[in-house]
Amino acid sequence: MSEQTALIGKAREVRDSVVVRFAGDSGDGMQLAGTQFTMENALAGSDLATFPDYPAEIRAPAGTTYGVSSFQIHFGAVDVKTAGDELDVLVALNPAALKVNLRDLRIGGTVVVDSGSFTDRNLKKAEYDESPLEDSTLAPYQLIQLDIGQLTRNAVEHLGLSSRDALRSRNMWALGLLLWMFDRDKQATVDWLRAKFKDAESAGEAAVATLSAGHAFGETVEMPTKIPGYTVSRAELEPGLYRTVSGTDALAWGLVSGLKSSGLSRMVFASYPITPASPLLHLLARMKELGVVTFQAEDEIAAACAAIGASYAGSLGVTSSSGPGIALKTEAIGLAVATELPLVIVNSQRGGPSTGLPTKTEQADLFQAVYGRNSDTPLAVIAPSTPADCFHVGREAVRLATRYMTPVFVLTDAYLANAAEPWLIPDLSTLDDFPVELRRDPEGFQPYARDGGTLARPWAVPGTPGLEHRIGGIERDSATGNISYDPDNHDEMTRLRARKIAGIADDIPEQGVELGPAEGSLAVVGWGSTYGSLFKAVERSRAKGLDVSHIHLRHLSPFPRNLGDLLARFERVLVPELNTGQLLAMLRSTYLIPAEGLNRVAGRPFRIADIEAAIGRLLETERTA
Amino acid sequence: MSHSVLPQLKPRDFASDQEVRWCPGCGDYAILKAIQKTLADLEVPREESVFISGIGCSSRFPYYMATYGFHTIHGRAPAVATGTKLANPDLDVWVITGDGDGLSIGGNHLVHALRRNIDLNIILFNNEIYGLTKGQVSPTSKRGTLSPTTPRGSVANPISPATMALGVGARFVARSVDINMGHLVDVLKQAHANRGTSFVEIFQNCIVFNDATFGDFTDKAVAKENQLLVEHGQPLLFGAERDRGLRLDPATWTLEVVRPGENGVTEADVLVHDETNRMLATMLAALEPPGFPMALGVLYRDPAATFDHQVLAQVEPESEGRGLGDLLYGGRTWKVG
Repeated sequence: MSEQTALIGKAREVRDSVVVRFAGDSGDGMQLAGTQFTMENALAGSDLATFPDYPAEIRAPAGTTYGVSSFQIHFGAVDVKTAGDELDVLVALNPAALKVNLRDLRIGGTVVVDSGSFTDRNLKKAEYDESPLEDSTLAPYQLIQLDIGQLTRNAVEHLGLSSRDALRSRNMWALGLLLWMFDRDKQATVDWLRAKFKDAESAGEAAVATLSAGHAFGETVEMPTKIPGYTVSRAELEPGLYRTVSGTDALAWGLVSGLKSSGLSRMVFASYPITPASPLLHLLARMKELGVVTFQAEDEIAAACAAIGASYAGSLGVTSSSGPGIALKTEAIGLAVATELPLVIVNSQRGGPSTGLPTKTEQADLFQAVYGRNSDTPLAVIAPSTPADCFHVGREAVRLATRYMTPVFVLTDAYLANAAEPWLIPDLSTLDDFPVELRRDPEGFQPYARDGGTLARPWAVPGTPGLEHRIGGIERDSATGNISYDPDNHDEMTRLRARKIAGIADDIPEQGVELGPAEGSLAVVGWGSTYGSLFKAVERSRAKGLDVSHIHLRHLSPFPRNLGDLLARFERVLVPELNTGQLLAMLRSTYLIPAEGLNRVAGRPFRIADIEAAIGRLLETERTA
Repeated sequence: MSHSVLPQLKPRDFASDQEVRWCPGCGDYAILKAIQKTLADLEVPREESVFISGIGCSSRFPYYMATYGFHTIHGRAPAVATGTKLANPDLDVWVITGDGDGLSIGGNHLVHALRRNIDLNIILFNNEIYGLTKGQVSPTSKRGTLSPTTPRGSVANPISPATMALGVGARFVARSVDINMGHLVDVLKQAHANRGTSFVEIFQNCIVFNDATFGDFTDKAVAKENQLLVEHGQPLLFGAERDRGLRLDPATWTLEVVRPGENGVTEADVLVHDETNRMLATMLAALEPPGFPMALGVLYRDPAATFDHQVLAQVEPESEGRGLGDLLYGGRTWKVG
């Protein structure tokens, strides 16, 4: 028990880690409350992972189940790798939020509800026949019902706000209470609110007053329901300077860092608004002083083409979208493959097909990235595994694109884009540079004469005297680049394009094992944002004595050169994916191994428990077979 | 530093070593020659000129130029060229497109290039037909055009490229004819001199699939009678004897053809071309034979700041002490250990 808990005279339960979810209407400010709660926990030294989840509609009808927005955070003194399977604490600001989220609360968990919002009208909108506060719905949980609306109004009474304006701060009251529950400071949030509302002082004061009231309530409450307090001590993180990053932040910075390492002076980032990819465009639009030109094109195709046109002229061309937008860019990507120009394509994957689930996560665009073009059109595909990893993957995309004169796909997803974690800020001076050499010398210049090692053609940009040449989508002579319809030349060019991409395997690290030995009964093989769930599931299974290892791929095209040998050293291979088996099919066809899939496409990350159960089942059958 | 005097480049110095593969008698040959002559006359360095095209007969153009060239994909040349200008605004970028490429599959990109006023010369070869795919109707084909896809005659109205360009806010709109070498070169030079999107529609004859579609104003016998060569500040007179002119009918807000010296009409009644008047340009662009002449030359020119210039003006070089590191270490951070 800490000194402070002793002082306030209430027992604080000690926890290794806790999962909290704030849920309310999409206009209730749940993302904001969650983000600030994250910040205070990060400043208090917790390791953490977050999972914001919100509807596609900007303001869905108030009180409905499909208008519920939530923000989940898992924080703790231990190594936190996912946003958590089950909730320890659920904050539900209306009946709909309770209805949608209750199933994720663990038995015995705490649910905080704003009882004032449980009106007949709201209950009806949430399709409750009877108030769950009055029947046995919440019996398995610790219920804390508070009229947060009224408490919020009381807190700002002295400011003379309208009831409507006052209620805008309900999220801050709930945040204040939660900060107290977990013994967290609120100063960073107070400072943030004052800065945010510096031009609207009364709104800022209302928010601060409400936050403080929620916090004070926890401390002084005298009511039948005891408010539980918890102590979550500091995580043992590697020493250094930290900040929280979302995948979007880290990817933007990684691309800029890659630009610096390449020595190129300008990035042209051409994009078109689409959920959940737009925040990357917004972020980079504010990085103009770092050599970034952003261009909101008239459509997805124009965005891809403008990025290609920029690379053609010697800038780093980058385009970004989500699945449906990537589909539109497909022909242009083929042009970049044919003309062998550098291009980075970021796909923030979402649920599909078609418009699908715009705000939900999925990993189902792997085939699209690797195979989704007309003809034999190979390119490089890489995927980040965590928000922080997006930084390194962004850099790697720039390195491969410029070194191999090729489009490179970065497969991130809606989860990674929005999720946040603490990040040990790298020392930029220690990062390896990969300077790009533009062709300048006219002596012996041929636009398609290749480097003996990388097989890349020279990057000769308009404006360079003596290198005037023509490129295009029509098949070209393997040396001169002039139009060629020669059958043997086309065969040779097709093979050269494939060999160039395959050769990247010699320029990337061998595939390692995240956890467990490099041989054994079972390898759990994943890629992308499922990293945390897979790692934790394997960790727990190993703690139970099961012989299982975790392998996680960053490079999906080409695969690391040792991958086939590595997988062959395991008796069984399990490939969990948030699709119906795309990496699975690639591994089976590439290495002729009987890998098995674990697939779920619910628009949400995997639960650790589901993977753990699958591992258990496989190794159990192994034992009984 | 010593400057050596560069030898004056001739039109043929702008021709690549590739064999030109258009049909014999195609209007594209004349346009190729006109552009090569334009560049030679302007003494433009070859390395600073970039020709970017889409798909179609006209879009093979870059292969035949000894400059930089990029034959891209169908309809997308303006988008590619936009990226090229954002990467290097000093390049002299020409977009070569056609009526199918620029107005059908690539209509969206053309519209947005024009409204942004990015510094490009967009040359649209209008032959009112799909040539490379063997003769289907295009968005500029006249109603009733017989083609493999419209065996009983087309029923859709054609787009007027110049009218469309004016409608979406283009700042430079001009027209010429493939075989009017002198006029075409002059128009191209003016397009090149204009900063911003210079849109030039060239009436180009497709000898195989749509021969003589512009005959009513390009045939030698009628050309002089039916071509109105507009010039800023000059009266809108036309005809071999320059005996007819255009007058505004104030009752209907339309143009009418008048003969100065007849029916009390004087030369003072004839409109004087004002290339900064978008309304006048729009009325001129809509004229066509029979009944009216085809207006050629610079219909509209009213320069404004270019997109590329304005976008890049917002991109400041990395200022002292504000780099990526400041971004990463800025915001809320905490120290462990």
